[in-house]
Amino acid sequence: MRHIISILMENESGALSRVAGLFSARGYNIESLTVATTEDPSLSRMTLVTSGTEDIIEQITKQLNKLIDVVKLMDMYECAHIEREMMLIKVRASDAGRDEVKRLAEIYRGRIIDVTSNLFTIELTGTSDKLDSFVEVLEPSDIIEVVRSGVMGIARGEKALRV
Amino acid sequence: MELTGADIFVRCLAEEGVEFVFGYPGGAVLPIYDALYQQDKVQHILVRHEQAATHAADGYARATGKPGVVLVTSGPGATNAVTGIATAYMDSIPMVAFTGQVPTAMIGNDAFQEVDNVGITRPCVKHNFLVKDVNDLAETIKKAFYIATTGRPGPVVVDIPKDISTHKAPYKYPRRISMRSYNPVTRGHPRQIKKAIELMLSAKRPMLYTGGGVVLSNASKPLTEFARKLGYPITNTLMGLGAYPATDRQFLGMLGMHGTYEANMAMHNCDVLIAIGARFDDRVVGNVEKFCPTARIIHIDIDPASISKTVKVDVPIVGPVDQVLKEMLKLLKETSDTPDATAMQAWWKQIEEWRAMDCLKYTQDDEVIKPQYVVESLYKVTGGGAYVTSDVGQHQMFAAQFYKFDQPNRWINSGGLGTMGFGFPAAMGVQFAFPDETVACITGEGSIQMCIQELSTCRQYSLPIKIINLNNGYLGMVRQWQEFFYQGRYAMSYMESLPDFVKLAESYGHVGMQITRPADVEGALKEAMAMKDRLVFMDFLTDKTENVYPMVPAGAGQNEMILV
Repeated sequence: MRHIISILMENESGALSRVAGLFSARGYNIESLTVATTEDPSLSRMTLVTSGTEDIIEQITKQLNKLIDVVKLMDMYECAHIEREMMLIKVRASDAGRDEVKRLAEIYRGRIIDVTSNLFTIELTGTSDKLDSFVEVLEPSDIIEVVRSGVMGIARGEKALRV
Repeated sequence: MELTGADIFVRCLAEEGVEFVFGYPGGAVLPIYDALYQQDKVQHILVRHEQAATHAADGYARATGKPGVVLVTSGPGATNAVTGIATAYMDSIPMVAFTGQVPTAMIGNDAFQEVDNVGITRPCVKHNFLVKDVNDLAETIKKAFYIATTGRPGPVVVDIPKDISTHKAPYKYPRRISMRSYNPVTRGHPRQIKKAIELMLSAKRPMLYTGGGVVLSNASKPLTEFARKLGYPITNTLMGLGAYPATDRQFLGMLGMHGTYEANMAMHNCDVLIAIGARFDDRVVGNVEKFCPTARIIHIDIDPASISKTVKVDVPIVGPVDQVLKEMLKLLKETSDTPDATAMQAWWKQIEEWRAMDCLKYTQDDEVIKPQYVVESLYKVTGGGAYVTSDVGQHQMFAAQFYKFDQPNRWINSGGLGTMGFGFPAAMGVQFAFPDETVACITGEGSIQMCIQELSTCRQYSLPIKIINLNNGYLGMVRQWQEFFYQGRYAMSYMESLPDFVKLAESYGHVGMQITRPADVEGALKEAMAMKDRLVFMDFLTDKTENVYPMVPAGAGQNEMILV
């Protein structure tokens, strides 16, 4: 099963490679990984999407917790949460196709952020499923470039991952 | 007061009470060696290869419980040390290894003797640091010792660029350290402990299975009291030998791949398994599917990641083994419940039947020396009180089976990583810690050659180690597997062109002996042990084709042993 694990870690050089190294050394897979500093510059927040059986996820969270640089973590699937991913997608849009792409972008609540005579660059935010679905409805040969941020997650309500 | 990084380094080590630093100099650590030269609080031991520095520090740590300290230079110095760091990591041994690094300005430029130490050691350390500012040096060293010695211990690497050693900073060694990201558990959960007590008292066929965690946690005493109070059978893993007295009736011997019949059968048939400071290693468990099919399992361990990693447990207790055992003892004394006496009688009757199989039996004839006989004779001659290190292979298993350790910290071997070349330098570390004790290294002609250069170190420091070389002319364990599982195709397991070990030892200024007849084994050992101030290299020519029994083949259940 797919899990979103959010990690607060010391903002030290090499912290990211400790996490990445742990996953490759123990044969766990990473579907996406995103990391940036938080409001406290000494802390980084990493969001990691992985999948595996319950036993494997348990091991992953335990092994992550064992890393000295990891301050705290949370498996988002243990609570109500919101997940978001951002995509920037450059699409060929000329002649008759131009209106069609614009309409699709509107349906998906995307924003066109760059335009040329035969291209649109669209910004789209949502769950990974939604982004996948948008890519699928486009004509594959029209897609020039896709950039995805990887998933971020946050718990709903009062619950929070903080020090 | 401002000090150079090198002086800060030396002061910090003295503050930590470090007696010995095992190391080897080189360009990147010259300032540190210069500072070491000008003080007398910390003694530096010069080895002949960096791998030996790490094993010596490791042996020192295993025998004393104190962290072993290593100092090597950048590049090849650091990479040579990696095997020893990984060895310590796999067995959770407290160690702090300082590696030199090229000056900060040159990092990343492929400078002379540059290697990414932090990157290379990352998967085999508990943690590592690259010091980028001399102002952080003292605190980093404090953290390194703190991390290495607390929680589940392990090696920590501190990489020090050359310019950090020469830059100056005000010196202040922090007395205490706290880290928001590292807070090892200090006590087990009381409710889980109570639950465990209830379960273990309800057992009809209980079994205690204890590992290296008991030794590391210094919990041999509470464990012994606990096991005796319950009257339950107990087995130790390879790493846990000595934590419970091997000569005690309740002790069933080591378990696992080359464990005793009675220990493995009791494991397989028990209804409550009490695992303490053990990690269900594959060499213990064999086939996970067939492991302890009728048992409910209690697992005490300091490391939550060890719990339910390979085998699902019913009552997990995360905490230091000594604290949890003491708490359990207290509860056992308070409760009116006692183990089921009738069930225990029947269980012990069954166990005695298994024990009567005498699975370790062998016959010593008049012609060829059996390796088992050498270990048994060593046990007899040393009165069971020696520190015994070993390398890896058949001799390691014979040592574990036939030297009966009644005390912890006396049996020193590389259980997790299985590092050939470990035993001899580890013995040096032990001998430095206990100069007046008998330190024997049980090894083979394959393993000993992996760190044989240390004969020179032993000469320099007059270390009177007794090397017991079980020389069968084969990489014995490889040969055994080839005999059992590769239809006797002995690929590369025969050792040709062996040196004359007697002359070799003598050329380093030591005493060499070769023993070829069974009748001479005991006499030779006595003679060697009597040479209190000399290293004696005893080359025993042993049976070439002897195998280690019993054996649980890889992937089999614990009850599926190959007996003699």
